[in-house]
Amino acid sequence: MEPWHNGGGADEKLRRQEAEAGNLRRWSCGGTGAGSAAAGPEPCEAGGAASVLRRDSVRKNRPPFPWFGLDIGGTLVKLVYFEPKDITAEEEDEEVENLKNIRKYLTSNVAYGSTGIRDVHLELKDLTLCGRKGNLHFIRFPTHDMPAFIQMGSEKHFSSLHTTICATGGGAYKFEQDFLTMGDLQLRKLDELDCLIKGVLYIDSIGFNGNSECYYFEHPTDTERCQKLPFNLENPYPLLLVNIGSGVSILAVYSKENYRWVTGTSLGGGTFFGLCCLLTGCSTFEEAMDMASHGDSTKVDKLVRDIYGGDYERFGLPGWAVASSFGNMMSKEKREAVSKEDLAKATLTTITNNIGSIARMCALNENINRVVFVGNFLRINTISMRLLAYALDYWSKGQLKALFLEHEGYFGAVGALLELLDSA
Amino acid sequence: MHIHLHTDEAGRGAGIAFKMAERGGRGSGGHGSLDKSITLPPDEIFRNLENAKRFAIDIGGSLTKLAYYSTVQHKVARVRSFDHSGKDIENEPLYEISVQEEITARLHFIKFENNYIETCLDFIKDHLVNTETKVIKATGGGAYKFKDLIEKKLGLKVDKEDVMTCLIKGCNFLLRNIPHEVFAYQKDSDTEFRFQTNHPNIFPYLLVNIGSGVSIVKVESEDKFEWIGGSSIGGGTFWGLGALLTKTKKFDELLQLASKGQHTNVDMLVKDVYGGACQTLGLSGNLIASSFGKSTTADKEFSKEDMAKSLLHMISNDIGQLACLYAKLHNLNKIYFGGFFIRGHPVTMRTITFSINFFSKGEVQALFLRHEGYLGAIGAFLKGAEQDNPNQYSWGENYAGSSGLMSTSPDVYPMQRSRSGTFDMFEMDRLERPLVNLPLLKDPSTYIPDTVDLTDDAMARKYWLTCFEEALDGVAKRAAASQPDSVDAPERAEKFRQKYWNKLQTLRQQPFAYGTLTVRSLLDTREHCLNEFNFPDPYSKVKQKENGIALKCFQSVIESLDSLGWEERQFALVKGLLAGNVFDWGAKAVSDVLECEPQFGFEEAKSKLQERPWLEDSYSQWLERLKEGPPHKCALIFADNSGIDIILGVFPFVRELLSRGTEVILACNSGPALNDVTYSESLIVAERIAAMDPVIQSALREEKLLLVQTGSSSPCLDLSRLDKGLAVLVRERKTDLVIIEGMGRAIHTNYYAALKCESLKLAVIKNSWLADRLGGKIFSVIFKYEVPCK
Repeated sequence: MEPWHNGGGADEKLRRQEAEAGNLRRWSCGGTGAGSAAAGPEPCEAGGAASVLRRDSVRKNRPPFPWFGLDIGGTLVKLVYFEPKDITAEEEDEEVENLKNIRKYLTSNVAYGSTGIRDVHLELKDLTLCGRKGNLHFIRFPTHDMPAFIQMGSEKHFSSLHTTICATGGGAYKFEQDFLTMGDLQLRKLDELDCLIKGVLYIDSIGFNGNSECYYFEHPTDTERCQKLPFNLENPYPLLLVNIGSGVSILAVYSKENYRWVTGTSLGGGTFFGLCCLLTGCSTFEEAMDMASHGDSTKVDKLVRDIYGGDYERFGLPGWAVASSFGNMMSKEKREAVSKEDLAKATLTTITNNIGSIARMCALNENINRVVFVGNFLRINTISMRLLAYALDYWSKGQLKALFLEHEGYFGAVGALLELLDSA
Repeated sequence: MHIHLHTDEAGRGAGIAFKMAERGGRGSGGHGSLDKSITLPPDEIFRNLENAKRFAIDIGGSLTKLAYYSTVQHKVARVRSFDHSGKDIENEPLYEISVQEEITARLHFIKFENNYIETCLDFIKDHLVNTETKVIKATGGGAYKFKDLIEKKLGLKVDKEDVMTCLIKGCNFLLRNIPHEVFAYQKDSDTEFRFQTNHPNIFPYLLVNIGSGVSIVKVESEDKFEWIGGSSIGGGTFWGLGALLTKTKKFDELLQLASKGQHTNVDMLVKDVYGGACQTLGLSGNLIASSFGKSTTADKEFSKEDMAKSLLHMISNDIGQLACLYAKLHNLNKIYFGGFFIRGHPVTMRTITFSINFFSKGEVQALFLRHEGYLGAIGAFLKGAEQDNPNQYSWGENYAGSSGLMSTSPDVYPMQRSRSGTFDMFEMDRLERPLVNLPLLKDPSTYIPDTVDLTDDAMARKYWLTCFEEALDGVAKRAAASQPDSVDAPERAEKFRQKYWNKLQTLRQQPFAYGTLTVRSLLDTREHCLNEFNFPDPYSKVKQKENGIALKCFQSVIESLDSLGWEERQFALVKGLLAGNVFDWGAKAVSDVLECEPQFGFEEAKSKLQERPWLEDSYSQWLERLKEGPPHKCALIFADNSGIDIILGVFPFVRELLSRGTEVILACNSGPALNDVTYSESLIVAERIAAMDPVIQSALREEKLLLVQTGSSSPCLDLSRLDKGLAVLVRERKTDLVIIEGMGRAIHTNYYAALKCESLKLAVIKNSWLADRLGGKIFSVIFKYEVPCK
């Protein structure tokens, strides 16, 4: 299946653009030939009028458009794209067709193929980056569609733009060769953790279209009074950054440059989704989350009160605490009595509580009391966020605070984009 | 259906087998009305029930552990001095030997499947004669469920005890009393089980109990412990989630699936994310990036084995990680793992060990306990036995009555019964005297008594097992012969032979069954088996005779020594010690000679000795020390054999030391082992010598020569488990010289023992294999004089 090419509303548009791209190919080739004469730090410049603009970019310490940041994770690829909104008529005229096509394609669609999605609600408007005003778009698609993505890039003659693609995540290494051979594109590979921290600090500093990027849950242990509130992360250090993707990485951040990978766990978002697929037969994260929101994990888990009849006072354990995740599933009768929803919910709480527990221990060991959770596991996942907020508060007796960021899983990609701009 | 005995008597108990129809269970845990019967020799499992008291029971999810205390009547050989006044002492034996009954305390622990609980309770009720017991201490998750059944069947009131308190009490007890209780697990090395030296200070430690969930407890002292955390991802998660994923219902079957699976088919590894770049980036591509990260699809099938393996890795890694985080937070480096998730399963011990090594970067050690399954039962028992003060005593594992650690891997042990349906036993004897470290040990925490680890050294193991097998008929014969007046002695001797033979076969298959296998443990096991069948001292008459003969030569030996010049005399004394040491019935080469040449004597022994330079020879330094240095303040001598050894070898040497102004503590075994001189025999011997020799006489009177017991009944010597009285005396008298004599004490053990003071280790190698190993010939001499480096 090649999701970038099949199905979805964007289908027709895509085919039209492909045709355009085909038409432009000859022009583009000629341009490349002329480019060898171009001077400046960019090794290869597109020819014609566009090169004027592009040289202008370079002179102003800006890389040429398009501006992308790519984070290729184990499960999802995160792509941020800066759409310049301050393009003058002159610029518009001079804009290389290939570039224009890409801009139009990305900004006029919300879905790409069958699996690519633009998170419109996260779009950052009227941003100024390197002296240019524009909007920042957030796009994601599954990592297994990476070959199709590269193929598309090749068909859209991305390489003719001679832009640098800054990529982070393990996939930057894994797909480096594919980018080169299939797309004639050279990746600039960037450190995952550098990008993550850079992205977090930047997005938090600019805010979320006038609102706070960072938030927390007030009264997390009180279901009635619990509410989401903005948090001012002005003075962020030290903080523990917990990135929950397919797996989990935990970093202690002491300053912009001074941070340390503390630990990680393989029980992450991929584990939740993978187990849900096996246990319930679901096939998307959304489906899994939807099931979880309708399930009851206490039918699956063995609680302290199931064993001790109430609280285990000897150790100060409340009766509602989970004593054994999936512990009830040791019994045949109980296995037969649970629904798929219950199993999905139990999987979600198991993974979430475990991450909370490891994060809490790291916070104690590092002597840090603010824990920021990011990563795409938290997308459409208020259940986990509230659970994490609750667990951190309860087990630390209010000493630890769980914080969350609106742009959940995109910080690595943002960091990659920032690297692109910094490097110019 | 038959239960197979989890003892080495399996298949031998037919004569006393009994059959019980198992009743349909009301409230007995769902075994329903199974038509089960068990065939087992009852006295081999629920031993000494007649005297049983203080019952405790630990009922887990699938296994029940029953504990009770009993007293065991033993035959012991006692020696008593005759009043020789006015009698013809020429033809009278030196002293009287009588066999008496002695009562010793023993702890019994039996582990069996919950399915048999009702049958077992019935059996106990029928055989329980003692009626003074009113309550049974109960612990474990299943204690609630079986409360009524126990109360009804046994007529005892069930008294519930907290699970974790019992586990910790049990753990402390084992760590304090059982050598080689603790081991580290290394699957990929030659020795899977790396037994640890018992550290004199067992606290603090972390106990991670993996039952259905995980409890992490910090133990700081006997009574102080704290639940510092836990995790809900534990054995129940493996079992419950595993059952859902694989439709496999039993825990053990899930583990079996896991051991056959490939987790890489299900888990997303680092190399799946990074591709081939891992090496250049210095990443371990095989690490798991996301557990079950490859199963995020609805259209692919995964094998049960692969999923079970992935699940096992996920859970083990998670527990290991949390345990490390807690260990770090509390600054601890010893973590003991227990609970049904671990319970001797190699596959879980392996994954947990890997996880701890990975997350702690080797700073924390994952440790396991040989008797882990019994912790709760031991703890519950101790709670109920507080008035007996069990913690005031030292206890020792009875090798004859304990099943030993069984490998759960079917390929390791061909006779392996399935894990389920077995009875496992563990017995501990209360030792008469509390045992402590010798205060002169340089570093008690690193002291290892044994010279060769036979679990490690396959060649040596093979040799010694064969050696003990070959000697067995002779030992059995001598045992029978030692009790000519007993009608059933031949039958008991045969039982002994069978039992020890089976132990040896078990050890061939599973050398790790009782901790590190050593020559010492083989000897001790033999002594335990002899005692089991009431052969407390097969050599008592031989020793009596030899002591008598040697005493008659004492004066002439002293006279000839006294006629020598100082330097000559020193050498003659050492030679006498060594020649005396040739008389060892434990060494086959010697016992063969002694059996057929009863007149073999001191002079013949001297002629057997290797000429100097000896195989290990620091005699010159010793002589120099005697010549130049001040007399030692006090010498501690560990004596070896009866007869010529103690009387013509050791005593003249002692006499010389006394004459130099050195006080002497002469330590002999508390109980008999082979022809080793016992403490009570040494008292008589000393008394007889004192009657002939004024030096010895006045030294005894002025307490410059002190006779003490070691607290041991082993032909070898463990300097970390010695009689407390001895240790006190050693400290009081400011002992500055330790002399260890004999192959068992100075070569099989303590050859490398480092002491804080000067030491002399001397022995004659009476075994050609060992001589060969050490680069010498039979009757080679070891004379090792060591001065600690300042």
